[in-house]
Amino acid sequence: MRYDIILAGVGGQGVLSVASLVAAGALRGGYHVKQSEVHGMAQRGGSVLAHLRMGSRPVHSDIVPVGGADLVLGMEPIEALRHLPYLSAGGAIVTAVEPVRNMASYPDLEGILGKLRSLPKAFLVDAGDLARRAGSPKTVNVVMVGAASHLLPIFPGRLEETIREAFAAKGEETVEMNLRAFRLGREAVEPARAQGPRA
Amino acid sequence: MSEILVERSEEARTTSAVVLLGNEAVALGALHAGISAAYGYPGTPSTEILEFLQARAAADGRPVARWCANEKTAYEAALGVVMVGKRALVSMKHVGLNVAADPFVNSALLGIHAGLVVVSCDDPGMHSSQNEQDSRHLADFARILCLEPADQQEAFDMARAAFDLSERFALPVMVRLVTRLAHSRAGVLPGEPPAPERTLRKPEDPGRTWTLLPSIARAQWRRVLRTQRDLRAWAEESPWNTLRLDPGNRDFGIVTAGIGRNYYLDNLNDPAAGPSHLHIGTFPIPAGKVRDLARHVRSVLVIEDGYPIVERMLRGVLTSGLEVWGKETGHLPGDGELTPDLVRKALNKAPRESFNLPGLSLPPRPPQLCQGCPHRDSYAALHRALEGFPETLVAADIGCYTLGALPPFQAIESCVCMGASIGMAKGASDAGFRPAVAVLGDSTFLHSGVTPLMDAVAADADMTVLILDNGTVGMTGTQETVLPSGRIREIVLGVGVPAEHCRIVDANPHAVDAMAKVLREEIDHRGISVVIARRECLESLRRHRAEKGGRP
Repeated sequence: MRYDIILAGVGGQGVLSVASLVAAGALRGGYHVKQSEVHGMAQRGGSVLAHLRMGSRPVHSDIVPVGGADLVLGMEPIEALRHLPYLSAGGAIVTAVEPVRNMASYPDLEGILGKLRSLPKAFLVDAGDLARRAGSPKTVNVVMVGAASHLLPIFPGRLEETIREAFAAKGEETVEMNLRAFRLGREAVEPARAQGPRA
Repeated sequence: MSEILVERSEEARTTSAVVLLGNEAVALGALHAGISAAYGYPGTPSTEILEFLQARAAADGRPVARWCANEKTAYEAALGVVMVGKRALVSMKHVGLNVAADPFVNSALLGIHAGLVVVSCDDPGMHSSQNEQDSRHLADFARILCLEPADQQEAFDMARAAFDLSERFALPVMVRLVTRLAHSRAGVLPGEPPAPERTLRKPEDPGRTWTLLPSIARAQWRRVLRTQRDLRAWAEESPWNTLRLDPGNRDFGIVTAGIGRNYYLDNLNDPAAGPSHLHIGTFPIPAGKVRDLARHVRSVLVIEDGYPIVERMLRGVLTSGLEVWGKETGHLPGDGELTPDLVRKALNKAPRESFNLPGLSLPPRPPQLCQGCPHRDSYAALHRALEGFPETLVAADIGCYTLGALPPFQAIESCVCMGASIGMAKGASDAGFRPAVAVLGDSTFLHSGVTPLMDAVAADADMTVLILDNGTVGMTGTQETVLPSGRIREIVLGVGVPAEHCRIVDANPHAVDAMAKVLREEIDHRGISVVIARRECLESLRRHRAEKGGRP
């Protein structure tokens, strides 16, 4: 088994937190994992890309090849679309719909969302709204992990354990809020359309 | 049955492993080697090495792990540690090694008796750098051993072993990382328990091994040259250099170095099959293994990230039976970061089917100064201060504020190396250009700005230095500057800038006019002047508040 993810967003959005949550879940599942991040200059509000690869056999390359990603997980619609060439022919795209407009001219949002919807396995998530319903806009990253969870080859229970552990130091209330965020994200994606491998 | 067992042992393997960045794996390897001290200057992609050790020091009290004024002073502090018999690590980004080049190259001639390891993190593709120079060349230049890990486990193993090797060959040892490994996480098994720290022990005869007077340096240089034979012999036996010959294919072979191996293996359906393969993890390279491969095949493709160093060694200039393909033959690009896709193409494999929307074109999203960043206000003021001059020169430096070169600011016109802004403004002023302005951050100033400021003061150069003092090393993640901001004025005055021409202004949105006025007055002054624009970096402010606030 091998599962490759491209995580895309804008510097400061928490792409690395999403990557490390999913990676921790994958490790709990007994997979070999490689997770490649961007540090330094690019983190200052620019496009940010992280590669996450997991498999039952050792992962060699730290980078997902073009056309190799089973999943593009976007924190921002343009950034999800930007990294489409990484997606494999049968791959899925899960993205938050809220735009980050820190550029000279942001393209027409409806056009961007329309392009995303035209893809065969695309799941658009109103993650910002769900995060607020969970209790804090800060949980938006966990909402996206939940939204992607139908596709990931990791049991949702393992991901919940991972979230519990990741937020344990911040108290039970924060843990519960993030578990709510995870479940809201998970419910936002229709499971029948998003069946992934399981291990 | 056997499948279940395999799965369980896999589980055990992955759970006992620690998940580390390549940088962290190097740091942990150094800890396990019993280092007493580590030094460096923040620079992407090397920063997390020292940060990991600082976190460890905060918890355990050991080792000493300190940011220094610059890479040269870091290297020199490490030399002091090893001179008194303890092991030391010094880490930096590739261009930092240029700054440290003087002690680095000379340290090969010293009689190193306690392990000294320098980690240089190269940045092929220039993710966060002004060039993509290859540190393996500098290791060869200094005639020392260089180890190049291919993955996080090797990063740990090599860092740990590098200290033993340094003592065995009485040379510093370099561990060379590239961005992609430095900033990628994977499981690492630390293996045997950490070694204890060494006890203090000065060299037996420092007059003959540490005092590089010409007569002594000559003798030491001959020793370094004699040691090359030992290094080559060691490289031949090193388990980090592996050769597998494929009896079924006498035509074509593969040579990989460092993480080039990952991209090659990723493109093989069965990593155990494939043509003859030599992997190189050490420099000097295993020449005997290269010759064995050359006798077996007629052509090789060399896959390495960075400069075509192995490729050039193999090709040489004289005709041999072996055809060598790589970056210089156009099979791989000569610039940029290696990727599995580039390697796939070089292997003549069809590209993977990928998803594309025809006609899709998206505007780029370059990095930018944070909303509310004090540099934004300083640049607004600088723009205003320079209004009315037919021509101006604003030489700048390296840090977050370099983003001021991009729209909408377009406030600076050069970025060369740490501290260059001041020297360049002085040169422009010497050449008769006015107004000449140098812009640099507080940490850049402390790193390499003080010495050129002395030149400018000595000449009373007609120029203005604008120090953007945000109280931190911003771009690399808000590390502490080596001295607090409050000292910068004292330093400026100390080198002889007149007090009335060393002015402090507030870099905030309400003070742009006042800042512009002060800047204009100092630019109009015919002589050296310094303006310090002060306000804490927002990221650093956020971090400090979080640290003070503690848990909710």
